[in-house]
Amino acid sequence: MTTAIQLTPQDTVEQALELAAAQGAEGCVVLVAETSSANLRWANNTLTTNGAMRGTSVTVIATVGAGEGTAVGIVSRSSVTSETLHEIVEAAVATARDAEPAEDARPLVDGTVGPGWDEEADETSVNVYEKFAPALGEVLGRAGKEGRWLYGFADHEVVTLYAGSSAGMRLRHSLPRGFVSATGKSGDLAQSAWAGAATRDFSDIDPHTLDAELTRRLGWASRTVAVDAGRHPTILPPAAVADLTTYLFWTLDGRDAADGNSPFSKPGGGSRVDDVLSKQPVNLRSDPHLPGLETFPFAVARSSGGSSSVFDNGLTLTATDWIRGGKLENLMQSRFTADLTGAPAVTPTIDNYVLSVDGATGSVDDLVAGMDHGLLLTCLWYIRVVDPQTLLVTGLTRDGVYLVENGEVTAAVNNFRFNESPIDLLDRFTTAGATVPSFSREWGDEFSRTATPPLLIPDFNMSTPSQAN
Amino acid sequence: MPDLDESFLALPRHELAGAALQRAKDLGATFAEFRLERIRSESIALRDGALESARDDEDLGLAVRVVHDGTWGFAAAVALTTDSAVAVAEQAVNLAQVSRPINTEPIELADEPVYDDVTWVSSYEVDPFSVPRAEKVALLADYSRRLLEADGVTHVNAHVASVHECKFYANSEGTSYTQQRVRIGPSIQATSVDPESGRFDTMTTCAPPAGRGWEYLTGTGWDWDTELAQIPGWLADKMVAPSVEPGRYDVVVDPTNLWLTIHESIGHATELDRALGYEANYAGTSFATLDQLGTLKYGSPIMHVTGDRTAEHGLSTVGYDDEGVAGQQWDLVKDGLLVGYQVDRRMAKVNEDVLGTERSNGCAYADSSGHIPIQRMANVSLQPAPDGPSTEELISQVQNGIYIVGDKSWSIDMQRYNFQFTGQRFFKITDGKLDGQLRDVAYQATTTEFWGSMAAVGGPQTYLLGGALNCGKAQPSQSGAVTHGCPSALFRDVNILNTTQEAGR
Repeated sequence: MTTAIQLTPQDTVEQALELAAAQGAEGCVVLVAETSSANLRWANNTLTTNGAMRGTSVTVIATVGAGEGTAVGIVSRSSVTSETLHEIVEAAVATARDAEPAEDARPLVDGTVGPGWDEEADETSVNVYEKFAPALGEVLGRAGKEGRWLYGFADHEVVTLYAGSSAGMRLRHSLPRGFVSATGKSGDLAQSAWAGAATRDFSDIDPHTLDAELTRRLGWASRTVAVDAGRHPTILPPAAVADLTTYLFWTLDGRDAADGNSPFSKPGGGSRVDDVLSKQPVNLRSDPHLPGLETFPFAVARSSGGSSSVFDNGLTLTATDWIRGGKLENLMQSRFTADLTGAPAVTPTIDNYVLSVDGATGSVDDLVAGMDHGLLLTCLWYIRVVDPQTLLVTGLTRDGVYLVENGEVTAAVNNFRFNESPIDLLDRFTTAGATVPSFSREWGDEFSRTATPPLLIPDFNMSTPSQAN
Repeated sequence: MPDLDESFLALPRHELAGAALQRAKDLGATFAEFRLERIRSESIALRDGALESARDDEDLGLAVRVVHDGTWGFAAAVALTTDSAVAVAEQAVNLAQVSRPINTEPIELADEPVYDDVTWVSSYEVDPFSVPRAEKVALLADYSRRLLEADGVTHVNAHVASVHECKFYANSEGTSYTQQRVRIGPSIQATSVDPESGRFDTMTTCAPPAGRGWEYLTGTGWDWDTELAQIPGWLADKMVAPSVEPGRYDVVVDPTNLWLTIHESIGHATELDRALGYEANYAGTSFATLDQLGTLKYGSPIMHVTGDRTAEHGLSTVGYDDEGVAGQQWDLVKDGLLVGYQVDRRMAKVNEDVLGTERSNGCAYADSSGHIPIQRMANVSLQPAPDGPSTEELISQVQNGIYIVGDKSWSIDMQRYNFQFTGQRFFKITDGKLDGQLRDVAYQATTTEFWGSMAAVGGPQTYLLGGALNCGKAQPSQSGAVTHGCPSALFRDVNILNTTQEAGR
């Protein structure tokens, strides 16, 4: 395919590398991302917006100097022709010449030509909704007749990344990603329910099934009960656990921990690697090849920061344990930060994770069946760090908090603001269910490759009630 | 006023627009609009005085939005050829046709005067992209060193984001404009780590992002020398400050903190698309529903909040919005009552009877050519009392309270009722005077209760434009920049939490 940028991605990479060498760059990495996406958005039982977008991003990372004196220049552009490519490379090399040596400088990752390098970019289109859209139309029509309100968003994108370097790396990887997020409200808008799911191609997403779940949950709200703030036994379903675990995941920065300003810093210096974070057999693991959660199998960095480095582009990613058996095993490390902090391994960030508890079985419904009296959440929202020392985060429950009595959901209750630390929660939960693919309400639009279990927290801190519904 | 960028003017703006709009009309679109946007952005980050990352991005592309058979259709691409523009117009019409069966509300737009090939440039002095990278890094390194050399400062993170946005807009009604805006967002954060206990805390500069150029980093609009000199002492005091006793306090909120409370509890709450449910699945709705316009008691009678697309150096300031509507200023809350909303052309048309106006107030914005225009926030600002008190005079009215400076953590529920904010510094107030810092402070309230407790508003001498570069909204998610001007203000009987106790420690 000749793309809209006039050059093929492969030609873009090759020409950019040649131009960089001709201008005296010692090294160069070129990242070309071809993106296509299509989305549908609805509210108040009707379609509100839609879109189909094509995009290209070309990033040139040029290095000059050698060894510890290597400096880097990074320039990205969305629209590139053979003429403007020259300008981009020239700008990247010139920036590198003007820059101080980069502290994370390392030899570029050795590489060869990977599988599929010559292939065209994959793409999606509105056709991905061929079955979904008509079914959604039926669901919206039915909701109107039944006096319910529906709101939601469906998005599908395919990113094909081409990564090449002056060290011989030529890697291509295509990554589809989709999700649907759906909210239902009662006719008087007093009650709200939510369901969401990630998908690779929408073949496994049925709007009728989503609507049935929303209708079931709205039915739970036929009785409402006011509950005060306080520490309540609370079941967090997998989506809510993903809301919290994603924040924890993003905090696993090895350099921050070594610098002393992370919840994973050890008093007196160093990190808490090897510390026991949970008395439970909790595991947090990433693997680019996780079935259904596949992500790029090599490191991709368009800028350096924290524990990522542009010099690591193309580094092969392998399965990594962050927490194993309740013990902190690894923090995220580039080659540079691993050397700097004395980390035992180079463990770059990976764009997925699985949180699991050894031996845990059962679903949310099973946890509900085993609860005498407590709360069942749907999902969490507007989560922000209050105290980075403890990773105390605040946020709110959203779109359905339910009262559980004698093993059954018996009523809907008001929403709450919570103040909790996901690190503490991993130590305080008393029961876990089986790990399943999950979709974070707060972060899923950007980070959807997660699998988490439901958890029962005996004393979840509901700080104050919220009137929102 | 700076000139429009010649390299943007050299792009075939009118040719591309003409081809796209004609194709859309030929295919039966009743309305069509074209945008050509080039957004240059730069991010520079230093860690402990050393350059960690510097990146230069440019996003250039075109977009077409149509109304066809009463349904929106939108498409975008990066190739700047007439063939591409035509193809995008065809794709937008196609998407409208595909979507038609699930659209039950025909799209109509409020009228707006035609602006024929007009131009507008924001107010700044030095284009950040005209300053050599090395010069910028050197300045941030100097600012970092000033902090690192001070006792008790263990680490320093410095960052500056710069944006240069050029936009050409044309629609089928005859409006076309070329607009250029510059914005900049600096941040210098000092961290102190107590090696024995492992306790750490941070103190970040309060300079808000602004619709200014590089001159902002060298002293125009912000006194960097004074603030950088004060931070180490403030941070050292905070490290040994007593933990707050939770309870109810009178609080004086500095504009460096209050802007964010305004953003969350007024700015988003008075977006009409939210009030009508169009954001219900994502950012949420609003307690300030349309049926309460003119009657909702939002706050105390001294509360006057405006929406404004015209404020100089405002991050949301434009000549024209992304539907071709000219910038305006209007009231949102007057004498404590809800009196207005932020709207786009569709919202204005559908609700003209209730709103009492037939015109959009210019709140449509897309964060790039790749995204559809949505209803986005104007500069939403709390007006000062014309002869109002200074911050010191407000503090003097408090017997036992807290003075809150700078923003930090923020969170609010999906209808904008319950919020919780922290800050950079919390000074205890005893008998009308500052009495040292406190730590672990968060204030939590319900929106109308909080604004109803506002007992005094500072004068113009306390007024400051705060703001954010990265306000998120919509699906697909878009990032917006917005300014909130406000004075210092006094609030009585506010709920104060101790965050350490909230963590169960």
